[in-house]
Amino acid sequence: MGKGSEIKLIGTPPSPYVNRVQIVLNLKSIDYEFVEENLACKSELLLTSNPVYKKVPVLIHANNPPIPESLIIIEYLDEIYSDVHPILPSGPLARADNRFWANYMDTKFFPLFEELRKTPGKEGKKAIMKQIIEGSQLLEEAFVKFSDGKPYFGGDDVGYLDVVLGCFLGWTKFVEKHNEFKIFDEARTPKLLEWTNRIWSHEALKDVIPESETLMNFYMILMKYRP
Amino acid sequence: MTDEVKLYGVEVSPFVARVKIALNLKGINYEFIQEDLDNKSPDLLKYNPVLKKVPVLVHNGNPISESLVIIEYIDEVWKGVPIMPKDAYEKAQAQFWAKVIDDKCHPAVLKAILSHGEEQAVAEADEQLQFLENELKVKGSKFFGGDNIGLVDICAGYTIFWVGAAEEALGIELVAKDKFPKITEWSDNCINCQAVKDGLPTRDGLVAFYNRLFGKAE
Repeated sequence: MGKGSEIKLIGTPPSPYVNRVQIVLNLKSIDYEFVEENLACKSELLLTSNPVYKKVPVLIHANNPPIPESLIIIEYLDEIYSDVHPILPSGPLARADNRFWANYMDTKFFPLFEELRKTPGKEGKKAIMKQIIEGSQLLEEAFVKFSDGKPYFGGDDVGYLDVVLGCFLGWTKFVEKHNEFKIFDEARTPKLLEWTNRIWSHEALKDVIPESETLMNFYMILMKYRP
Repeated sequence: MTDEVKLYGVEVSPFVARVKIALNLKGINYEFIQEDLDNKSPDLLKYNPVLKKVPVLVHNGNPISESLVIIEYIDEVWKGVPIMPKDAYEKAQAQFWAKVIDDKCHPAVLKAILSHGEEQAVAEADEQLQFLENELKVKGSKFFGGDNIGLVDICAGYTIFWVGAAEEALGIELVAKDKFPKITEWSDNCINCQAVKDGLPTRDGLVAFYNRLFGKAE
């Protein structure tokens, strides 16, 4: 663990994108310093580290300039700590497939949750919930393909897509409760439902994914600052 | 085993152009299948059922979608001229700027074009391009990654060339070249590279496309 504490992660505990990076750091047994941001009042460090997006997470490794964007940080960590728990598979086609689905989740699936939050009125919300359910069915098919009968997207143990989707489980549970609907259920997404239960208790995730109360507080900040 | 490489796309998509450029840089022979986006082929829908978009690369029957994912795939499969930097940190930087281009620069420039140069849209495009301009100034190199063409150049190096065609069709200036000397110089450097030239549509072809788009007589 020699390279350990040269890593700083700027983030906020309720952010699933920050959680993603924390999960990978855990999987690779990397020590790091967590620098907590207040998104209602962003620090100089964050604003200078990520002037383009001004968002968390941002990784600072030793004396290198900062690296923003969770998926980019994950690939970076996977390269420099390649000997412990590889996250992406090694074959180019498998890597392309994994990257495609991460891209789908980040550009198509997860934005629906933000849209759901911002949409007023029952009818509007219902339409988005329908899209979320359709998305979850695509993800079920993807899980069946990637897992190929094994417990995780990554096979026998947690891999890239387990992290990319797994980090959102605190929020999916929150949204399910808040909006009274099921995103993952036995009838439509049986394999993925089993997976959510399995991964929820995985070592690398269980202390990272926040409790409902933390998420509720964060939700209220989002409603206030990003209505 | 001889590789079979097919690229499904349209000539006038910058996302397709970037894949062509990557293939050219590696010297890969490929078959280009021109799609009609108003009437997508069964093959395209089969190869990209989730997003139904171009470009799609099909390598020995295996489909890969999303331009940045395709480019990284190409770089990993075919050695030779490297597209991604070797150093992990520089690679992260390249990936980041490619994302900035796709998330911020490209949409803003597109909006400026489609709005026929509406003031607010142009101001936003300028703001996004300024990030790139500043970064190029700091780097001070011929291409984004140094002396050789790489990922970010492939994605956006020829922006001025592309916007220039839209400007000709619209008859207005969208991006003030004197405000963006580095981006302008970068564009010249990129389009002088044969692999880039062969991957881009011709200037006339692009102008004609924008003329059609804006409903002007040819």
